[in-house]
Amino acid sequence: MTEAANRTELVRLSDVTKRFGDAPPALDAVSGSILGGEITGLVGPDGAGKTTLIRLMTGLMLPDSGSVDVLGFDTARDPAAIQAAIGYMPQRFGLYEDLSVQENLDLYADLRGLPKDERAATFDELLTFTDLKRFTGRLAGKLSGGMKQKLGLACALLKKPRLLLLDEPGVGVDPISRRDLWKMVEDLTKEGIGVVWSTAYLDEAEVCDGVLLLNQGKLMFSGKPADMTARVEGRVFRVSGVSGRKRQVLAKLLDEEGIIDGVIQGEALRIVAGEGSEPAFRSAGDGAKAAPAPPRFEDAFVDMLGGGPGGRSKLAEAQQPLAATDDRPVIEAKGLTKRFGDFTAADGITFDIQRGEIFGLLGPNGAGKSTTFKMLCGLLKPTAGEGRVAGFDLRRDAASARNQLGYMAQKFSLYGDLSIAQNLDFFAGVYGLSGQRKRERIALMNEIFDFGHHAGQSSKDLPLGLKQRLALACAVMHEPRALFLDEPTSGVDPITRREFWTHINALVEKGVTVLVTTHFMEEAEYCDRISLIYRGRSIALGSPDELKASVVTDDQPDPTMEDAFIALIRQSETETRQAA
Amino acid sequence: MWWTRLRALIVKELLAVLRDPKGRAILIGPPLIQLLVFSYAATLEVRNVDVMILNRDSGHWGQELVERIDGSPTFRKIEIAANPQQVREAIDGQDVIAAVEIGPDFSRGIEAGTPVDLQIILDGRRSNASQIVSGYLTQIAGGLAAETPAGKRSAARSISTIARNWFNPNLTYQWFMVPNLIASIALLIGLIVTALSIARERELGTFDQLMVSPLRVHEILIGKLLPPMMIGLFHITLYILAAIFIFGLPLRGSLFLLYGSGIFYLASVVGIGLFISALSMTQQQAILGAFLFMVPAMLLSGFATPIENMPDWLQPVTLVNPLRYFLIIVKGVFLKDIGLAEVVHQTIPLCLIAAVTLSAAAWLFRRRLE
Repeated sequence: MTEAANRTELVRLSDVTKRFGDAPPALDAVSGSILGGEITGLVGPDGAGKTTLIRLMTGLMLPDSGSVDVLGFDTARDPAAIQAAIGYMPQRFGLYEDLSVQENLDLYADLRGLPKDERAATFDELLTFTDLKRFTGRLAGKLSGGMKQKLGLACALLKKPRLLLLDEPGVGVDPISRRDLWKMVEDLTKEGIGVVWSTAYLDEAEVCDGVLLLNQGKLMFSGKPADMTARVEGRVFRVSGVSGRKRQVLAKLLDEEGIIDGVIQGEALRIVAGEGSEPAFRSAGDGAKAAPAPPRFEDAFVDMLGGGPGGRSKLAEAQQPLAATDDRPVIEAKGLTKRFGDFTAADGITFDIQRGEIFGLLGPNGAGKSTTFKMLCGLLKPTAGEGRVAGFDLRRDAASARNQLGYMAQKFSLYGDLSIAQNLDFFAGVYGLSGQRKRERIALMNEIFDFGHHAGQSSKDLPLGLKQRLALACAVMHEPRALFLDEPTSGVDPITRREFWTHINALVEKGVTVLVTTHFMEEAEYCDRISLIYRGRSIALGSPDELKASVVTDDQPDPTMEDAFIALIRQSETETRQAA
Repeated sequence: MWWTRLRALIVKELLAVLRDPKGRAILIGPPLIQLLVFSYAATLEVRNVDVMILNRDSGHWGQELVERIDGSPTFRKIEIAANPQQVREAIDGQDVIAAVEIGPDFSRGIEAGTPVDLQIILDGRRSNASQIVSGYLTQIAGGLAAETPAGKRSAARSISTIARNWFNPNLTYQWFMVPNLIASIALLIGLIVTALSIARERELGTFDQLMVSPLRVHEILIGKLLPPMMIGLFHITLYILAAIFIFGLPLRGSLFLLYGSGIFYLASVVGIGLFISALSMTQQQAILGAFLFMVPAMLLSGFATPIENMPDWLQPVTLVNPLRYFLIIVKGVFLKDIGLAEVVHQTIPLCLIAAVTLSAAAWLFRRRLE
């Protein structure tokens, strides 16, 4: 097949609009096309409309207006014809956890009507392709996140589709498996199959052939990722050698004329300048160097959204500085070990976190970072070892320790049926605030986070950004000395993430200590130090720059955080194998 | 300090139930349905049934019997059969519940003063109703027998019974049922609201949020215990009002005693709910668990069938059923002015059950943290 024949249009979206109830449209007049032989990234934060768009393409849902043509069929008229020719992998693929890998394949082969005589060959090919051959007898529920996604992919590929729709295949999958998965999908495109890969990770967008960027139901961009990054070409700088504390410098830089966005990247700062402006980087100090850096998709997205928030955090300004009481670390882990039966989820994890430090637990899902995290905030009792927060032993003085910590869980775990005001009221009360002080703190939170006219709304109906703010408000209302953040910003849009980290950065400058778990590489860059957790052990500990530097090779002179992560895990695996 | 925390939790629990449309539906739907269904539809009385009569007697007494059956308010329609075949078909097709066959020498026998038989054929498929119909028919036949010449002659020598029903003189069915409902609605609501509360938080991920707050485990338990008890008391109150003002029940005893023991009853019910909740990972499991307990609890309480009728080996099981004790108290307060000593006697087991279930829930709750 020639290149040109390969790139036929498989999907055409014309002014697709979809509403659910009275909410703003989930998709608002989205038009675009998806080509064969390409990976099209459907990119956007959670709630942008990605899943809705994919479901519209499968014909499982119909648009309120506009039309969706898939493989030449209209989804409203011929959904059956479309469904017979596409492969679809929903976010949580419908694997039957109590069936083995082989039984799952058999079941989907039956469901998809794969002829009996083709099965042996197809299974063999797919199992080789996904590298699951060794695990055919294992129950699907016992597979790791990455292997589940691979099995899901295999099931979606049983009858070779012309269009493959993957809804967030990278979620819950470690970077190594994600790369494997990506490679597999890339191989498929060589056969002319069109692949839609939806993701909330903007770095994934950069490697797609084409991108549809969604935000709040609106199509922000459609085209090649390079065209997107081109809009900020020459405006991205890496500022290194700043004098003073990097977080304070960033905050000041963000308020400088001509700078629209900036994030911390290890010891350096990544700054995006506004269109046609020549930033002076005055706040960075005389020794600072600003070198042009290759633009990223995220830079362009933030630029498109009109730039990030400023560097000021009213939250931190209202906070009393936490003076050091002694030299004791605020969070201590000494040989923390947790066993479930004969499975060791965390094995001798040891680290100290000093006052005003951001410490990251980085690792793939199921590696033990959540277990470690939970032991340190008192949700799990360690089998062995000791954890302390603000000097309180978690075994003996758990309640006193908990008074000193603020906790913000993955996604949104506040009371959805309660309004903003009621949530604030509840958390204030639970942390023992009452009377005058309670009123003051709640009023302050309302002012800082601008809840204003939303205050009476049920919090589950709030836009994601506001939920994020509410969660932070509830976690910091009692002015905790330590903040525990469990994957705080996965899936949120870059503006909200920046706003969130602006607050955290400023709080840290006031002496608050932060422990954060993440599998999100960008987030890891915000940390002062990182412990890389893999298979229950801490396999590396150091600052982001140290970790990156430790894996520099000739092939990889400037590794990213993700490169470092993968290299360190491979290293650890080799060591384990040699030891065995 | 602890009171601030606890109050925040209690307010939150109440809001979480009341602001959730599904939660509100649970508080309104089942109680209303239960009140209407049990007090109007699920009646154990036999009324409006049809009977068939095959009268092969041509005399006065046969005719008299037919008229007396016809005149009874229990029976809706009296069908006259022409032959035994019709009787068979009518019972077979459940057109009638019973058939009375009057023999050809019925009147002659009575006039002659010799014993006569009357055959009643009943539908054994509806055993309970048949028994009651049989009773009615026997009563009618007995009344007739007393007026026959032979009956009149022997009246001086026979014993006549006069029944008086204490507490419920007219045996009004709703006087029996509505107090039952007061106890069972508290069981239903208390169990479901509690069972859902922890499971809902687990599902939403807010449970961890609660566990990392300075709330201590016993505070969380108390905070989860009181709101369902308040809701339960609210429903009990509503049902008591309905009993008095809609169903016209007498209130002979002390409401103070009723509420006093009601608190312990609710505590034991909520303890069971918390135990189920601590066991379940999802709301679905919690609801299933609640029903798994509730259905046997209703049947083994004396709600519809007397405990004394159950086999000996089964009766001890009812001792751990809180509903059993509270039913006695509710009926006692409404119908007979139950005394303090008796209420205390029934409340002690409730206290024991509450103590056991609450400690079990607390234990399970802590263990789940491991």
